[in-house]
Amino acid sequence: MDFILQPWSWFVSGFLIALLMFVLLLLGKRFGMSSNLRAFCSMCGGGRVSSFFNYNWKKDSWNLFIVIGAMLGGFIASHYLSDGNMPAISTSTKLALQDLNISAVNGYLPEELFSVAALSDVKTWAILIVGGFLVGFGARYAGGCTSGHAISGLSNLQLPSLIAVVGFFIGGLFMVHVLFPFIF
Amino acid sequence: MMKKVVYILLGLVFGVIMYKSEAASWFRIYEMFRFESFHMYGIIGTALVFGILFIQLIKRFNIKTFDGEPIIIEDKDKSISRYLIGGIIFGLGWALAGACPGPIFVLVGAGFVPIIILLLSAVLGTFVYGLLKDKLPH
Repeated sequence: MDFILQPWSWFVSGFLIALLMFVLLLLGKRFGMSSNLRAFCSMCGGGRVSSFFNYNWKKDSWNLFIVIGAMLGGFIASHYLSDGNMPAISTSTKLALQDLNISAVNGYLPEELFSVAALSDVKTWAILIVGGFLVGFGARYAGGCTSGHAISGLSNLQLPSLIAVVGFFIGGLFMVHVLFPFIF
Repeated sequence: MMKKVVYILLGLVFGVIMYKSEAASWFRIYEMFRFESFHMYGIIGTALVFGILFIQLIKRFNIKTFDGEPIIIEDKDKSISRYLIGGIIFGLGWALAGACPGPIFVLVGAGFVPIIILLLSAVLGTFVYGLLKDKLPH
């Protein structure tokens, strides 16, 4: 039982993700999480202002049940299968966190960004709103996110997915190494 | 009804994997983009090795779905600009928010209230993309 409460190794986690993608293929579905965001827009009547949201989202409603499950999974994992400790990141990363004014004794997510108390700071709102917007906009522009491109697309040896993943890293590296000192 | 339960269960497994592997933690994403640990690369790399293997098995042995239909995985549309520009925008957000769409759902379930702002902003970003789609290079 103890091994469940410990953080899972990268090998077990990576294998299970691939297995999940495989089972979805056997069910005739494609693994991809960001397309649900498009479905939300369509459900809220987005088809009236853009033909992009004028599609049969009900055909993809299976994916919305995956979302419900993912939320339940997050609840169960955080409440019953975990001690809520900070991930055991490397010492050098911890040192770098100090420059961002993020404490190295922390929870699963940095309290400086993801605690209710942090919402009293307008900067937290700005980071969350801009970050979320870029994720949603970029994922749809690129036609997929980490699950659709980095896992599903690359597993099917798709060149477009490789280009997208290179883009993910150009953006991510620029954010962390160039923009973070100005933001935090 | 039965199928809905199956999808909820698969989503639940996905959520537990994302949380327990720490792929849903901002700290791990930050560490990944600083190349200071193998952890995230190990997760994605292992998923890829087995993912490629599973898809090759499907293709070589013409494995059918549970319903007996052939599995045809459509090729992605050819383009460079949309994948590169879209990818860069996504990467900027992924590093800042420390969460991609899958983990965003997982973290909402885990009870991190500010993640709801992240989720709504991601829906807004998707919506604005839909409005601007025809004006953007693809």
